[in-house]
Amino acid sequence: MKSKHVLISIGTFAILFAAYWWFGHPFFKEGREVMFISIVSLSSIILYYIAEANNGAKIFLRAIPGLKAFEEAVGRSTEMGRSVLFVPGIMDMDQVETVAGVTILGHVSKMTAQYETPLEVPVSRAIVMEASREIVKESYLSQGRPDLYNDSMIHYLTDDQFAYAAGVDGIMLREKPAACFYQGKFYAESLILAETGNSIGAIQIAGTASQAQIPFFVTTCDYTLIGEEFLTASAYLSQKPSLLGSIKGQDVGKLIIMIAILFTVVFNAFHDLGWVQYDIKQFFTAN
Amino acid sequence: MTGMEIFGAWIAVFLTLAIFSFLYKDNPFYKIAEHLFVGISAGYWAAIAFWNQIQPNLFGRLWPKVDGELSGLKAFWYGIYNFFGWFHSGIFPEGGIDKGHEIDIWYLIPFVLGMFMILRLWPKFGWLARWSMAYIVGLAAGLRLYGFLSSNIISQIKGSALPMFDSVGTSINSILIIIGTLTGLFYFFFSQEHTGIFGKISRVGIWFLMISFGASFGFAVMGRISLLIGRFYDLITYSSAEYFHASWWVLGLIIIGLGIMAFKEKASPESH
Repeated sequence: MKSKHVLISIGTFAILFAAYWWFGHPFFKEGREVMFISIVSLSSIILYYIAEANNGAKIFLRAIPGLKAFEEAVGRSTEMGRSVLFVPGIMDMDQVETVAGVTILGHVSKMTAQYETPLEVPVSRAIVMEASREIVKESYLSQGRPDLYNDSMIHYLTDDQFAYAAGVDGIMLREKPAACFYQGKFYAESLILAETGNSIGAIQIAGTASQAQIPFFVTTCDYTLIGEEFLTASAYLSQKPSLLGSIKGQDVGKLIIMIAILFTVVFNAFHDLGWVQYDIKQFFTAN
Repeated sequence: MTGMEIFGAWIAVFLTLAIFSFLYKDNPFYKIAEHLFVGISAGYWAAIAFWNQIQPNLFGRLWPKVDGELSGLKAFWYGIYNFFGWFHSGIFPEGGIDKGHEIDIWYLIPFVLGMFMILRLWPKFGWLARWSMAYIVGLAAGLRLYGFLSSNIISQIKGSALPMFDSVGTSINSILIIIGTLTGLFYFFFSQEHTGIFGKISRVGIWFLMISFGASFGFAVMGRISLLIGRFYDLITYSSAEYFHASWWVLGLIIIGLGIMAFKEKASPESH
């Protein structure tokens, strides 16, 4: 779809919605207007930039050191003749971070297929295991090395958080992987995993949006993708126009949010001074 | 104090100290604890998932307990149930599952999707599992969009409406929070090179992020210390005469065991 078509679609939708609103907007849940407008406008912006990118517009993305280190880590494992360990977090596929982690696993497994480096992926959820197997298999096929793939590369340990951490620690100590990737949603086990990885001298790259766990990864890993850096990693690694376009769209979304924050701060200050009667906080209160 | 309680205390002490022995290095005591932990928890979670979710919430809605005579389609439906019950009456008790649910045929969808996942065992039909995975990922993305937008964007904007003129301290706090939020957001701009004024602002943002990570780190470490105190409290309790000094005996045995292993390793280092 061309960006012009996206703009026409958005315009048509806006006109139709205005007409719907004019005629009494039946079935519309009152009090959720802010959410509705936010979802529609942010989605429209992202769709527009995806269309732009697909039409060949050049999207610039700044360098992220942690992402550049992915290949270096796999290369190091290859040189040392050791395996690569990938931990996709401890949550299920209904978490955005797990989905992002499994997507990154696809890119890492392409590298391990290319360099013929053993890959080990212990997982804590059955569905994550299935999804990981699918994506790794696909990566090995795409690199022309289906012979190197086997299902046991991705194996289930347990659903229990600390039992999983104990199991992964055991794997680290016995297999001694040269590179450890922690990409997904983590809780209290993050430090246990990363400390053990550190003790065996592995190069460690972590990525998570779990706010409370980022400090532990920052202190123990060589590279850490914090918050959104981690969520944008697959776009960086794949360089697919649609994904790059979505990053650009999200950046524009962030700019709008920043403007909204500034506006809210100023408006609220005026309200505190008694210059404006309307309390801006009410505007954001959903029923 | 019953014999089982004392036995349980000894097991708890052994497993705690076996896990702690990891601080020395990988050893058979740690391996025993690790394998027990992984194996038992895997089985435990499987059983919990089945008896807390699948049996009461899925089967319990597809075949709830019914009273009286069944006819037509319902009789056929419960005929399937009775067939399953023939294999295991514990899971499929006679007359239906009594968990307080009404029959809800919509639950056939998760049932079928679950069956698709099981079909992974047969390579010929394994591709059907992708439908289940696509359903989970798609549904989660759609559901979470609203939640994230509400909590991470709308609430964040609303939260920036901070009091500015209550007192000097409040004003400084509010200004710091707003600067931290905005500069932090600057750091997460990816389509812009972080040079010049943009780079300087994002550098302020990363300072704010690192300070917040430091505070979070300290807070979490305090939490971990309280967990450690909890374990030590148990070990101290179990070291009493009431438990036949379990902690001391097990600690001694583990130290002797590790000492013997270290001695053997020293004697024949090539075998390790």
